[in-house]
Amino acid sequence: MLELLWLVPALPLAGAIVLLSGALRFGKRATTLVGVGSIGLTLAVVVTVLAQYAGRHGEIVVNQVFRWISAGAINVDFALRLDPLSAVMLSFVTLVGFIIHVYSTGYMHSEGDRAYARFFAYLNLFMFAMLTLVLGANLVVLFIGWEGVGLCSYLLIGFYFDKEYCANAGIKAFVVNRIGDFGFLLAIFWALRVFGTVDFTGMADALAADPTRYAAAVTPIALLLFVGAVGKSAQLPLYVWLPDAMAGPTPVSALIHAATMVTAGVYMVARTNFFFRLSPVAMLVVALVGGLTAVFAATIGLAQNDIKKVLAYSTVSQLGYMFLAAGAGAFAGGMFHVFTHAFFKACLFLGAGSVIHACSGEQDMRKMGGLKAHMPTTYWTFVVATLALAGIPPFAGFFSKDEILGKVFAAASGNLNGFGAVYAVLWVLGLAGAFMTAFYMFRAVHMTFHGEFRGSHEQAHHLHESPRSMTVPLQVLAVGSVAAGFLGMGMFGPRVNWFERLLHPVAATVEVEGHHVGAGLEWSLIALSVAVALSGIWFATRWYFGPQAFTRPRRFAERFPGLYATVANKYYVDEAYNATAVAGTMKLAQASWEFDARVIDGTVNGARHLTVGTSFFSGLFDLNVVDGLVNLVAAAYGCASRALRRVQWGVVQGYALVMTVGFVLMVAAALWLGR
Amino acid sequence: MGFATNLLNIICYVPLLGALVIVFLVRKEQTAAIKTVATVVAGLDFVLSLPLWFVYDPAGPAFQFSYVHDWIPAVGATYHVGVDGISVLLILLTTLLGFIAVYSSFTAINHRQKEYYVFLLLLQTGMLGVFISLDFVLFYVFWEAMLVPMYFLIGIWGGPRKLYAAIKFFLYTLFGSVLMLVGILTLYFYNSSGLQAIGLPGLGHAPTFDVTELFKIATQIPPHVQFWVFLAFFVGFAIKVPMFPFHTWLPDAHVEAPTAGSVILAGVLLKMGTYGFIRFSLPLLPDATRKAVPWVVALAIIGIVYGALVAMAQKDMKKLVAYSSVSHLGFVMLGMFALNPQGLTGSVLQMINHGLSTGGLFLLVGIVYERRHTRMISEYGGLAKVMPVYAMLFMVITMASIGLPTLNGFIGEFTILVGAFNRSTTWAVIAATSLVLGAGYMLWLYQRVFFGEITHDENKTLKDVNLREQWTLIPLIVLCFWIGIYPKPFFRILEPSIRRVVEVVDPGYMNHPELHLPAAAPAAHAQEE
Repeated sequence: MLELLWLVPALPLAGAIVLLSGALRFGKRATTLVGVGSIGLTLAVVVTVLAQYAGRHGEIVVNQVFRWISAGAINVDFALRLDPLSAVMLSFVTLVGFIIHVYSTGYMHSEGDRAYARFFAYLNLFMFAMLTLVLGANLVVLFIGWEGVGLCSYLLIGFYFDKEYCANAGIKAFVVNRIGDFGFLLAIFWALRVFGTVDFTGMADALAADPTRYAAAVTPIALLLFVGAVGKSAQLPLYVWLPDAMAGPTPVSALIHAATMVTAGVYMVARTNFFFRLSPVAMLVVALVGGLTAVFAATIGLAQNDIKKVLAYSTVSQLGYMFLAAGAGAFAGGMFHVFTHAFFKACLFLGAGSVIHACSGEQDMRKMGGLKAHMPTTYWTFVVATLALAGIPPFAGFFSKDEILGKVFAAASGNLNGFGAVYAVLWVLGLAGAFMTAFYMFRAVHMTFHGEFRGSHEQAHHLHESPRSMTVPLQVLAVGSVAAGFLGMGMFGPRVNWFERLLHPVAATVEVEGHHVGAGLEWSLIALSVAVALSGIWFATRWYFGPQAFTRPRRFAERFPGLYATVANKYYVDEAYNATAVAGTMKLAQASWEFDARVIDGTVNGARHLTVGTSFFSGLFDLNVVDGLVNLVAAAYGCASRALRRVQWGVVQGYALVMTVGFVLMVAAALWLGR
Repeated sequence: MGFATNLLNIICYVPLLGALVIVFLVRKEQTAAIKTVATVVAGLDFVLSLPLWFVYDPAGPAFQFSYVHDWIPAVGATYHVGVDGISVLLILLTTLLGFIAVYSSFTAINHRQKEYYVFLLLLQTGMLGVFISLDFVLFYVFWEAMLVPMYFLIGIWGGPRKLYAAIKFFLYTLFGSVLMLVGILTLYFYNSSGLQAIGLPGLGHAPTFDVTELFKIATQIPPHVQFWVFLAFFVGFAIKVPMFPFHTWLPDAHVEAPTAGSVILAGVLLKMGTYGFIRFSLPLLPDATRKAVPWVVALAIIGIVYGALVAMAQKDMKKLVAYSSVSHLGFVMLGMFALNPQGLTGSVLQMINHGLSTGGLFLLVGIVYERRHTRMISEYGGLAKVMPVYAMLFMVITMASIGLPTLNGFIGEFTILVGAFNRSTTWAVIAATSLVLGAGYMLWLYQRVFFGEITHDENKTLKDVNLREQWTLIPLIVLCFWIGIYPKPFFRILEPSIRRVVEVVDPGYMNHPELHLPAAAPAAHAQEE
């Protein structure tokens, strides 16, 4: 069965091709059959493959499909790789992907047949690209998937393409991601130059065999790879595309911009951890960027009123935690958060979609409220996922976030790579972020589900629970938001931490030398982080729940208007980028264009005027010098050179005529000769 | 005198015969007959060129399907044609695009149709001649002859500023080719008697213009002679490519030319410049080539970034595509002057890729131009709603153009950048910025044409692409995917020809490949099959 690994990306691709080729004719039923069926089949294949793989004890299985690029001594194969790391990704990408496909049949049902088919075609295509990314056995195959998911993200963000802001958000996502890809590509070139291969096994083996030989290349490669990860996983300073990406349909936000694609950066860092673990500087950069993003995005999340924007900034923030873990050497810990996050964040987004669906497209939480009574399933699943995200035991996010904070604490107290102080600061930031996470999530719950409904009468009249095609996926994901955490219960010791043990062969946690966090300290830390989360919930409830709701935040905004405006306006980062990078490029483009038209083409036209003006002299020159030279060759050139002279007088047609006649004659002669 | 020995002649002159048939046997009112003959001839020519792909043996001699005949013995000019892997691919590209050019013109050209198709077919013979010639005189004849039909295609069937564009194109190219001729003559005399008047010594060989003969003396030519010849060739080829700063004829010619003219111009004519470099400059003048690397690469990189920036500022679709060509051709030059197998292979592959994707873009622009008679981007918007199939085809070609993996552009750019990176990190870093810029201007174009609400009433009733229009694009799209997904046959056919070039231009590379490549490479080899 493992030989059939190629079926995993191939099935969704086939679905996408069928849907695209018939996109104009398919009815909804046929589209559903193909679009959801292909992913259902993929899920079945994945389950079979993983069941079989479970007996292989973390072995690395590589399937070479075909040789792809071969130039000189450089060869790149299209090869797929199954190992514990890709197996983990494979499991939740396919599962969550399938759930979201099912959900979409309900969510997108009001679209026209054509749009419905297009939606599922893109979604299938996305699954193909994402699974290729996950299974790629070398950097280049991973990059195919990487660019592929970027394309699908672009297409799906701009799904409602007649709306200007959707189209803009799509371009923004693509171009900002390309900045990251620029780094990624350079890393690939660098690796090819140094190792002659981009194969994960090949590079890891070479590094393991002779680390000193490649010492100079490790840090630049790691940092360039991380540039790619920063783009794809929306970290500082390239995070700006992700909040805008919420312009896409909500299932897309759930699948692509929360559960799977945006975590590809974390996956890539874990995948190439053999570089990062050898470079203290790269690790520190990863941790710093991750930690700062985690807090920065969380602060923006505090003041957003669009329910999807809250979740988007939360995603940016949580991705920051994942990088923070990786930067502290806990690659498995980061991946564990990727895993749990996929369930609860997908659940939250789909819940938000359900809410938006009920409120006739409304996304502003200020116009919601009191929805608990109208949509109980959505409410309960949303609360479960929120508790998971806030890090309350025994929900999944508690285990993964605690694992991250614990590993960062270990890095700080064990002075990892001599940067213990930095890790200590990052640990404090991580705790602060946990507080804010709990706060903004319960703020969202209160504003959306509790209190009185604040929307229009028309909307109020329309409020309803979503159809089963949408609520069942919510329930499944809510179960996942609880169950996923039990796979990695780090606090009960490494023996119980199944997840870390699973990933150990390919993404082992970096050992902090001579350090061990004792059981007492460990449990105190857990108590601390739970207390922090609970206090966040407590604050949110005081500010946004009950009869006094909204008075405190209003008072706060009035007392600190500048601070409030800055945070609510996302620190004006978009405005700053537009004023500098975007406007700068456009100005440079305009200046280049004017330079081209005036200076370069002006020179050419000037030369023309000069030539026409002095044609008498150049005619003489032509006769005496050029002709003189040419006549040495053969009489055959005579007619050509006379034509040259005529050209200088500006009569091109004459020359052309002569040339044509001459050409035809010559060809005829050649034909005759070559009979 | 079997089929194989005459195959190149047949491929080259079938379009000419077709043109003669139209000239003499069809009256100008019989437009349907003219179109039929032209289409059949162009299609036949493509079919005739296919055996090259299957029969050409990469492991065989350097030049195959050779045909030699005395021509002008007095000066040592022979009628010598033959192809290697590089020219095989370019010939196939030419015959394919030639056919598509004819097929795409049915409704676009409504006056003087007879002459139009005659010129299109003559142009094809000229272009094919350039790619098969292995004699400098023959090469020069074809090189010049090709200008004439192109000149008329732009000058008669072009847009409002057609005369300005046609003359500019003609004179600019002519200027370059005159210098090239001087270079050719210098080589010729150096190989034979020398030229006392300018103090040029000679080797005393029998006078010949045969390129394969001249290859043999490449390493004996003293550096200063190489330098001047290289410079002369450079001007001729660089104008044709066109390299920055010799590129300004291109946007004018592209914008004014009819759709088929632009397709041929971008798809094939520009490749003659790059072909000239790889066929003549590199293997004949290795010393000068090596010394020229920093200068040529600098121009190439400027072209890459500058072309992309200028493209971004365009308001006219065709001009945008034209400037994107400047950027893409910069990539071709960069790869070539990396002077290693990766760079050179990518370079040739990118010539093909550019022909497919930019040819496709011009066809696509032509489709809406025919409907709306404007190329201004601001005249469009929201077309995805009324022309969904068109929008999808445009998207695929756009993605090919910006180098999305699984499409051809990625393979070309990737191998070029690998080659460039192996020479110099800086080159690759600067060139790679165009990945961002390229995505920027192409997607922005796409957005302005296809997304948003329909703002012009005329666009509300636009008809989607018809079957004939689809079929002009489908072959290109299929090839884009083929090269993107399974480029191995292309690498295979190019490998020995590229190796021969590298052996001459950088013998050190081939003698000590291990200096250039790390230890892990052999392991990767062992994994094969």
